[in-house]
Amino acid sequence: MSEAYGPRPRKEDARLIRGQGKFIDDISLPGMLHAAILRSPLAHARIIDIDTTAALAHPKVTTVLTGEDLAARGLAWMPTLSGDVQAVLATDKARFQGQELAFVVAADKYAARDALELISVDAEPLTPVMDVSVATSGDAPLVRDEEGFAGSGNRIFDWSAGDEAATEAAFARADVVVTADMTYPRIHPAPLETCGAVADYDPVEGRLTMWVTTQAPHAHRTLYAMLTGLPEHKIRVISPDLGGGFGGKVPVYPGYLCAIVASMTTGRPVKWVEDRSENLMSTAFARDFHMHGEIAATSDGRITGLRARILADHGAFNAVAQPTKYPGGFFHIFTSSYDIPAAYCSITAVYTNKAPGGVAYSCSIRVAEAVYLVERLVDMLAGRLDMDPAELRSRNLIRPEQFPYTSATGWEYDSGDYPRALALALSLSDYEGLRREQAEKRARGEYMGIGISLFTEAVGAGPRKHMDIVGLGMADGADLRVHPTGTAVLGVSVQTQGQGHETTFAQLVAHELGLDPDDVEVVHGDTDRTPFGLGTYGSRSTPVSGAAAVVAARRVRERARIIAALMLEVAEADLEWLDGAWRVRGDYAAGAGIVEIARAAHSSLDLPDGVDGHLDASAVYNPPNLTFPFGAYVCVTDVDPATGSVVVRRFIAVDDCGVRINPMIVEGQIHRGLADGVGIALMQAITFDAAGNCLSGSFMDYLLPTALEVPSLELGATVTPSPHHPVGAKGIGESATVGSPAAVVNSVMDALAPFGVVHADMPLTPAVVWGAISRGLGPGRRLGRRDLRRRSGDALARDQGRGEDPALGVALAVADLSEQQVDGGGGDRVEVGADRGQWRDEVRGLGDVVEANHADVVGHSPAALVQGAQDAERQVVVGREDRGDLGHPGEDLAGAVARGGVPVRRHHRRDLRARLG
Amino acid sequence: MKITMYVNGSEHARDVEPRMLLIHFIRDELGLTGSHWGCDTSNCGACVMWLDEVPVKSCTVLAVMADGRRVTTVEGLARGTRLDPVQQGFTACHGLQCGFCTPGMMMTARWLLDHNPAPTETDVREAISGQVCRCTGYQNIVKSVLWAAAHEGDA
Amino acid sequence: MQVPAQVEYEKASSVSHALSLLARYGPEARILAGGHSLIPMMKLRLAQPEVLVDVNGLADLRFIRVAGGELRIGTLTTHAQLLDSALAAGHFAILRDAERVIADPIVREWGTVGGSLCQADPSEDLSAAFAALKGTMIIAGPGGKREVSAREFHTGPYETVVGPVEMLTEVRLPVKAGAGTAYVKVSRRAGDWPVGAAGAALWLDRAGVITDAGIGLTALGAQHFVAAEAEDYLRGRRPGPEAFAEAGAIAAANCRPAADQRGPEDYKRHLAGELTRRALAVAARRAGWGEGTGLGERTP
Repeated sequence: MSEAYGPRPRKEDARLIRGQGKFIDDISLPGMLHAAILRSPLAHARIIDIDTTAALAHPKVTTVLTGEDLAARGLAWMPTLSGDVQAVLATDKARFQGQELAFVVAADKYAARDALELISVDAEPLTPVMDVSVATSGDAPLVRDEEGFAGSGNRIFDWSAGDEAATEAAFARADVVVTADMTYPRIHPAPLETCGAVADYDPVEGRLTMWVTTQAPHAHRTLYAMLTGLPEHKIRVISPDLGGGFGGKVPVYPGYLCAIVASMTTGRPVKWVEDRSENLMSTAFARDFHMHGEIAATSDGRITGLRARILADHGAFNAVAQPTKYPGGFFHIFTSSYDIPAAYCSITAVYTNKAPGGVAYSCSIRVAEAVYLVERLVDMLAGRLDMDPAELRSRNLIRPEQFPYTSATGWEYDSGDYPRALALALSLSDYEGLRREQAEKRARGEYMGIGISLFTEAVGAGPRKHMDIVGLGMADGADLRVHPTGTAVLGVSVQTQGQGHETTFAQLVAHELGLDPDDVEVVHGDTDRTPFGLGTYGSRSTPVSGAAAVVAARRVRERARIIAALMLEVAEADLEWLDGAWRVRGDYAAGAGIVEIARAAHSSLDLPDGVDGHLDASAVYNPPNLTFPFGAYVCVTDVDPATGSVVVRRFIAVDDCGVRINPMIVEGQIHRGLADGVGIALMQAITFDAAGNCLSGSFMDYLLPTALEVPSLELGATVTPSPHHPVGAKGIGESATVGSPAAVVNSVMDALAPFGVVHADMPLTPAVVWGAISRGLGPGRRLGRRDLRRRSGDALARDQGRGEDPALGVALAVADLSEQQVDGGGGDRVEVGADRGQWRDEVRGLGDVVEANHADVVGHSPAALVQGAQDAERQVVVGREDRGDLGHPGEDLAGAVARGGVPVRRHHRRDLRARLG
Repeated sequence: MKITMYVNGSEHARDVEPRMLLIHFIRDELGLTGSHWGCDTSNCGACVMWLDEVPVKSCTVLAVMADGRRVTTVEGLARGTRLDPVQQGFTACHGLQCGFCTPGMMMTARWLLDHNPAPTETDVREAISGQVCRCTGYQNIVKSVLWAAAHEGDA
Repeated sequence: MQVPAQVEYEKASSVSHALSLLARYGPEARILAGGHSLIPMMKLRLAQPEVLVDVNGLADLRFIRVAGGELRIGTLTTHAQLLDSALAAGHFAILRDAERVIADPIVREWGTVGGSLCQADPSEDLSAAFAALKGTMIIAGPGGKREVSAREFHTGPYETVVGPVEMLTEVRLPVKAGAGTAYVKVSRRAGDWPVGAAGAALWLDRAGVITDAGIGLTALGAQHFVAAEAEDYLRGRRPGPEAFAEAGAIAAANCRPAADQRGPEDYKRHLAGELTRRALAVAARRAGWGEGTGLGERTP
């Protein structure tokens, strides 16, 4: 019955709208104790002593655990998901503000909190490493100085993907290169429910029941067995209703282990639930990617190469939640929706004195960063080429006929029709109309922005041979039991955090078996009642566990066929599955549905050899590949340049996640991610001061968007089925979080283009936006590449409203083209981005001549700069890096100027200078 | 300190510490766990219930301050087995996903509709602007409340 | 979840009862009104009073009325009541402007005017609004009531002139003809504390000359929340974009904003000027100044 698919209200709602959901803090067991964690106020400190005497004397305190207590059990440290170890309770040093030092267990939660104040900690403060860019410099303090870490500095790993030489060659041949430094800030998924656990160890049975906020109950069970030494069959993990997860509830956190140990030592159930500050400061950060990106293209807008160099801040312990073989996550999918022949990325991960992690906040790990980087670079390239960003994208999208498409870094995309998605997004938004409106408004001094982004996600990990988490291959199981009356119970290994599995999975099974979805009950979140699997994150529920459910249902259907043949007294070959029943070919009325067949399967009907009766079936699904959902977004913003305030006016999203099982739920997932885009782009960031204090430790400072910041959302859909998923579905839970931040930032940057602003890092708070404007070129025309080709320094200066100062005009124009923000304060000084302040005086008075190579700036005196400029005969040469190629043969000066941002290689620069001379 | 509260129409007397927060009184003393907490700082609104007839962030009120007063929580929203139109709207319009913010959102929505039976989209957004939802992007919450407004008179 | 430390609790039945409770328990007693500033501080254990004196029962401190040529606001008036008061907005639109952007609708139902003022957070909006309106605070103590100018009420961040055995009971705002008032605020998000905000009050005579001006700045490092030099500049001048821009520049030059997560010092100083200019323009229009100036709230 095909009507099993389609929008339908959720089964979960009945309990949740009545306040009858069961979340972690709703669990209450007889004799249960309450725990609280003492945390380090210092980001980096050597622990001398932790004195718990006074806390233990508190009449309501049962026990206090410290790192030493755990060490006696071999549990002071635990392995992370990335092959590192993480302190459960610190024994030697505190390595981030908020790190766990002691675990207090008391009769009630108020007493547990009171007792925290009775613990005295003697610690010697150490200098913290807070700046990722200096973490690997030789003189930075060591975050990890324990045994086994000697000599590694703060460097965790270097990892790369793609063909470096081919990419280098592509850049050497390029007409245009745009480079940019950008940071995807440290953010936090901040589900509304924090993390917590109730550990209940039964010493008689030797059995642990663990209620815990986990997106991966089975993986947790295995990890608890490995960590505690308890046999796995004596551990039952129950993940109750989860108040959101978004990746934050994948890892095992120290509090969980402490609760287990406390229950084992007290013999009573122990509840620990973190407060919001603990949540924001200690568990589950995401992103914190410091990216240098470069994009190469032909002058007519064909992207020919993409390159990225990343510094990843992993915090104090490398606990990133990602498949073992991918230390850089899936970042190398960064060519994203574009057919780019050459790409190379390298990632260096470092330790800092910040909370460990991170998690894939609503994405497959690092895809959000990858999409953000390429979408910003493409927008900057459009600006450089003076080309409409939609047009530039259109020219470079992977074409439908190229699927299955193998990307330059080796991903095999399963299916897609990107031009169709983009075209629909543009038409839904009335893109041409928006551009007209923008032009009219600019003429009036009003600033609106139109931002476009496309994205390609890669979701539904495995296959098992490529992907595992701590050695557990990424496959998922489904158990389907069909009762004698024809209703069914499906057990799945994945865990809903609001995605509506109880509804969608029932629809999947009902569709296969011709049942009403109300007659299929979905069981999840209890390891004693469900088959093994890796859980819900990276949008893998429908791609993997959903597929398992379908395979199990089809097995039931095949078994039903045998029984139906007996019932109908025909050969199996004479039966066909039609409209939810096995029907005799040529005689539609003669048939049997699952309800009748189930009764027969449990009856005294004489079954042939090899058929056991009943209809139950199970399956384990090992996906042949990831699925690749995609989409195209348009975001419209209004910016008040005098205050820097940004209003997101419209958000148009076209998503393609293949076949939609419950479109209502799918759209809800997209709404969520679009709101994430508003939040991440405009306000969400975990920040620190230089002393290591977290400045975002509550919802007063870690801002989440409200109903007033998120506009009414406009959705469109295309459907390109996945060729390898049993029903053609792809994951959708995280697409919009991946795709939307770049659309917002592109939109704001588009609004600010008249000010010469090319890039500003998220979050685009009013202060950041105003700062970008005030460092921009000032109101006026944004210059394009063609402008530079045609114009003299005098003309450029006039364009900038600086007719009296051609040097400044040229410098500003070139700086614009090289993605560097310029301080033009009053026309009396000029500073260029990375080279700020180094050559401000030299720019003035040089006529048309500016030589501003990064290497020059660093290595040369101002006098040498001036000399260099004079050597170049009052012409403009700008580069940022001592890499790349500016002076390839045959290029005229105008071209060189127009490609001002192109990295300049030392010898090429010499060549150029010689030619110019 | 001895206090008496009238919660969802029933009288409850307890002896509590003056520092006990209202949310803990309702959840832990009375076992009404439909109201949640999410932030500690009165920013998220997961703990919204009514004190007398006015919604309050119950993590920021002491239980003793509610002594002698009426409290209404999500458990008191339905009339017997008949769901409130707001509850029906949230189901009909997919106004909830994880369901954690939902009780607080519904209590505010009920209050809004009691004072403004025909709210605009902006009215709804304003009313819930002190409450955070991490799942819906607010789109379907707004839709749910407007649905409820349109169906107040039904059955 | 964070929870307060142990505390005693007393319910006051009248102002004099509240004062006697404060006298009995000494400096570690705190008045509890709506609790929406105090209780979060107690949960963070930044505030650890020994006794709370709950004044929520004092219904006679919940009023908004005009008497003696003043708009009088009882300090137990909630933000929502002030926001909804047509009487208050009719006299001073600045109050509605400010209340619309204080916290959120639920918090406004419980937070009180007096509680906000006595918390004395430098980012609190009403302090600047009342300073702009040149209001007077009425403080009850054992010896009776005393009056303090709104501009002398705050002695520093989180500090006021209210003594340990005193209680703020009323705010009085002088009602004079020819007034126009406005409040404009920039925040990172709805409900957030301001990055910066400015409140303006202008009083025009029949000839359209500014007879008096009040400018309050929030979160921008203005002494006593006031841009006194800009007020001086405006007095005796005619309204106009140049005068407002100049007043803004003077306000910006004379404030001392501090950098924080909401923004750097130069941005906040810029906001002081820009928001002063905008608030003055709206206030002037509301005072009846009708020349088309091209100044609008959204105009850069």
